[in-house]
Amino acid sequence: MNSATNVGGRRGKRMISLLFSAGCLMATMLCLMMLLVLLWSVISEGAAWLNWDFLNNFLSRHPEKAGIKSALAGSLWLTAFTALFSLPLGIGAAVYLEEYAANSWWRKMIQLNISNLAGVPSIVYGILGLGLFVQTFALGRSVISGALTLSLVVLPIIILTTQEALRGVPDSIRHASYALGATRWQTVYCQVLPASLPGIMTGVILALSRAVGEAAPLVAVGALTWVTFVPSSPMDQFTSLPIQIFNWSARPRPEFHQIAGAAIMVLLLVLISMNTIAVFVRYKYGKRIRW
Amino acid sequence: MSSVSTFVKPVSPQHQATGVQGRRKTFEKLIQAFLFVCAGISVATTVCIVVVLLVESVQFFFEVSIVEFLTGTKWTPLLKPQHFGILPLLCGTMLVAVGSAVVSIPVGLGTAIYLSEYAPPRLREVIKPVVEVLAGIPSVVYGYFAVVTISPMIRTVFPSAGPFNAASACIVVGIMTLPMIISLSEDALRAVPRSLRQGAYALGATKYDVTTQVVVPAAMSGIVASFLLAISRAVGETMAVTLAAGATPKATLNPLESIQTMTAYIIQISQGDTPAGTLEHRTIFAVGLTLFIVTLMINLLAQWFLSQVREKYE
Repeated sequence: MNSATNVGGRRGKRMISLLFSAGCLMATMLCLMMLLVLLWSVISEGAAWLNWDFLNNFLSRHPEKAGIKSALAGSLWLTAFTALFSLPLGIGAAVYLEEYAANSWWRKMIQLNISNLAGVPSIVYGILGLGLFVQTFALGRSVISGALTLSLVVLPIIILTTQEALRGVPDSIRHASYALGATRWQTVYCQVLPASLPGIMTGVILALSRAVGEAAPLVAVGALTWVTFVPSSPMDQFTSLPIQIFNWSARPRPEFHQIAGAAIMVLLLVLISMNTIAVFVRYKYGKRIRW
Repeated sequence: MSSVSTFVKPVSPQHQATGVQGRRKTFEKLIQAFLFVCAGISVATTVCIVVVLLVESVQFFFEVSIVEFLTGTKWTPLLKPQHFGILPLLCGTMLVAVGSAVVSIPVGLGTAIYLSEYAPPRLREVIKPVVEVLAGIPSVVYGYFAVVTISPMIRTVFPSAGPFNAASACIVVGIMTLPMIISLSEDALRAVPRSLRQGAYALGATKYDVTTQVVVPAAMSGIVASFLLAISRAVGETMAVTLAAGATPKATLNPLESIQTMTAYIIQISQGDTPAGTLEHRTIFAVGLTLFIVTLMINLLAQWFLSQVREKYE
């Protein structure tokens, strides 16, 4: 090989190297751009329609009179009940797996099972909810059926993130607690859980924000799209914010797309505030503990 | 954890006899039983999914032969003459899954490589949360985005495309699955030991050589796992696809046409007034079972790839 081709080869190589890094940078910028375009398409359509009447009106065939009161109320009911069911079960399961279960085939099986459940499409949970809660338990197309279904959707997320948080607590804390004569539950309840609370809270808020935005399993369970009342008991029928957005987006009239945009702005605001709380909790309480 | 259990002092029989100790022991037992039930619910959920899907599907297959279901090329359960061939729905699902992978794999892997190998730490701190925001946006919002923005864009470029088309579904589902590819691939890339990179640099390799010939191959199992999980997510994706791709079950590979996926069909039946217990209504359980099996297989494969990563560096 003479020196001329060698130099040319080196220059070519440098060129490729540069092009590659530029390509990767472009991919990254594309991600940023997609988010901006998405937000813009929501805000440009919806901003003009977002006002107090929109929040406080019930549904209507006329887009200018339509509002999301019943959808907001439905989402609130659903989220509250989902939290009620999924938090104790999810955190309990995680504590069992991390602090109680012996490292046997049983524990491995549950663990594998939970990772698989996390990958099951939410619509399949919807079909489960339809077959189990609506038909077999005869709970009807009620808030409670919807919340139970959503609980099953978010349980794997809560279990996996709680496990992660529990694993972050060093064994020395547990050993110290046992050395002072504490029982296993006292150790878990007084030492391990408080120490891992920031991590658990973050996971829980993440899981609940997933529940707030989920629509597919609720449609399968039989949530209505035309509800002009606020649910007054867990056995009432319901609609929710994502279901309204789905319904309005599916209509051909552009005015309905605009109110769908306004409803998305409300939904995203709710999600952003939940995530801000999660970040705040992680930052504020996570810093205090230094192992 | 079992490692801890060796530190628990066994309660001696004399202590057990006294009231307080005895009550405490019962309490501990109760708590343990409760926690056991919590963990058992996850197993019960899986069992229930399988049982519910199977019971209704078996009744469906009494009336429609499995062979017709799996090989038929027409899906018209709501129209006479009825046909129950799932291939058009499977084809629609695969079209969206592959199409979304065409969008998400290059962009996602490029971003992951940039974040792990090139980005200055401060830029990384900005981009990571943006990716998390993309992951947190609900699926129905992506559906709205497809209908309001992406579909009109496609129709200006390709006037032959209908208002509902598979391409818009592919693009939004691709964007939805990006965060999964980015975060998992980036984790895999960052897990590659520094010494490997430094060894390659010491041999005179450029950054491009190091990235493409050392780091990416070393992280391959994690990267493949992220692709598989993204595809599985695309297969199960519902609201965005229902809004964007339409409701025309059709065995076509043309992304400009309106199609229907398995998930969108389930939504269509759930929204309609098909009474429960009829053959038409049972189709959603048969389709759901197919969907469950397909995603389960992809997920198991992805988990196998992930376990390869762990074995390598842990």
